[in-house]
Amino acid sequence: MLWLDCPHCGRRPLDEFSFGGERRSVPDSITDADERDFDEVWVFENPDGLTTERWFHAAGCRRWLTVRRDTAIDQVVDVVP
Amino acid sequence: MAVVSEYTDTLLPIRWPDERRSSYDVVIVGGGGHGLSTAYHLATRQGITNVAVLEADYIASGNTGRNTTIIRANYGIPEAIRFYQHSLEMYQRLEDETGAAILHQTKGIVWLAHTEMAMRTERARCLMNTANGAQTFMRTPAELKELIPELDLTGGGRYPVLGGSHHVEGATARHDRVAWAYASGASQRGVDIFQHTPVTGLLRDGDRVVGVETADGPFAAGTVLSAVGGRVTEMTAHAGVRLPVRTHPLHAFVTNDYAQGFSPIVASTELMCYVSQTERGQMLIGAEFDAQPSYSRQSSFAALRSYSYKITRLLPFLRDLRILRTWAGICDISADFSPILGFTGVDGFLVTTGWGTWGFKAIPAGGEAMAELIATGRPPALIAPFALDRFRRDHVLADQGSAGTR
Ligand SMILES: Cc1cc2nc3c(=O)[nH]c(=O)nc-3n(C[C@H](O)[C@H](O)[C@H](O)COP(=O)(O)OP(=O)(O)OC[C@H]3O[C@@H](n4cnc5c(N)ncnc54)[C@H](O)[C@@H]3O)c2cc1C
Ligand SMILES: [Zn+2]
Repeated sequence: MLWLDCPHCGRRPLDEFSFGGERRSVPDSITDADERDFDEVWVFENPDGLTTERWFHAAGCRRWLTVRRDTAIDQVVDVVP
Repeated sequence: MAVVSEYTDTLLPIRWPDERRSSYDVVIVGGGGHGLSTAYHLATRQGITNVAVLEADYIASGNTGRNTTIIRANYGIPEAIRFYQHSLEMYQRLEDETGAAILHQTKGIVWLAHTEMAMRTERARCLMNTANGAQTFMRTPAELKELIPELDLTGGGRYPVLGGSHHVEGATARHDRVAWAYASGASQRGVDIFQHTPVTGLLRDGDRVVGVETADGPFAAGTVLSAVGGRVTEMTAHAGVRLPVRTHPLHAFVTNDYAQGFSPIVASTELMCYVSQTERGQMLIGAEFDAQPSYSRQSSFAALRSYSYKITRLLPFLRDLRILRTWAGICDISADFSPILGFTGVDGFLVTTGWGTWGFKAIPAGGEAMAELIATGRPPALIAPFALDRFRRDHVLADQGSAGTR
């Protein structure tokens, strides 16, 4: 992965962005309050495939973007404006 | 040619099983260094030989055969320093113990500091290391120049070398040979190693894990250990175990031969890059893992460019060499940059993970400790702090600064 299409700035080198982590929520199947806390703070889905995540355009418009990416091949699928 | 045949001639044999037994006391998923070392130590230290190691591909095809082989104990927290120092000492004895030529070489490793802040970190590291049994000492720029004549003390005019810490027992060893040594020793004592046998699921009996599923049918087991490197999230998910681990690619490359000997391993934690010379004379260069998680083992131009830029600031002679080979591995990086090993909360199912970009050095001690845990049901003191439940108990072992350069 070398480039990211920023909806505000256009096609920019990946170096300009910082990775902000996967977008996720604790599954409803986890009901215990302590377990929900553990999951919320520490756990990663870490999928081998499609993931939705946040990227920050640090050296550009300084806005947060929501990006869908295929982690199996490390390619952006699309950027959700 | 002589070197090549001597190399293969001195490989110890592995006994490959003809067929599988109806059940095993222990099934280890993953034939990387950690899986094989655990099998070896079960057989040699615990007298448990009814063990199978199931490897999806060929042994050491994962990170164990892809790493830059740095062995060191100069970590930043006492728990880690004690653990890695023990592993480093086990490596020093491994050739004698197994009879395998693993090409272990003590070279010393230097961590350079380019700012006052980094100098403080390295001074603290030296004190913390020596207090916990690892030998790490501060060096002045003049002393560093003597150790590494090629070093540009101005850091290309941008990263001046103010000093550095010198971890004198830092070493390297041939990674595939380490895996092979443990595989040979384990198999000769009765451990069955199956290659090309991916595990596709876990067998459950109520809440307990009682074996694994493969394309060749099930393997029944008293205990199952997951030792699958970067593929750990999907493996533990079969048992409903959710982990604070992300999988990130790490790249490395070698250049053509550098005619002079280049003795120590050199690293910069601020620049996050490091270099050593292989036994064949090539310069081996690595740096930080990709910021975004991924399961891709494709070498990336971005990584090559960034690694080359950084390392040539410090060692300008590298500009005259060419990149020969590049590769990548996918690393299981935990949220606090410390390993996770032991119980999972599911009976019969253990894990060794979180080895990230730094777990080659841990293969001897990690396997020894996991074997003891499996045999006795109790985590030995050396690894007790690294249990998964530390995250639930708010006892995380944050040590990112020591993981930075492998
Ligand atoms: C480029 C690079 C440089 C590194 N440099 C260093 C260094 O200098 N020093 C250091 O200490 N560490 C270093 N590391 C880290 C080190 O390589 C790893 O931490 C270590 O090898 C982990 O060993 P392992 O046995 O846990 O995993 P692996 O060696 O990855 O073994 C896991 C095995 O499990 C198998 N597997 C996966 N899924 C399944 C399944 N479903 N069924 C069966 N088998 C399965 C895989 O095929 C693989 O062989 C580096 C890593 C990389 C990538
Ligand atoms: Zn932008």
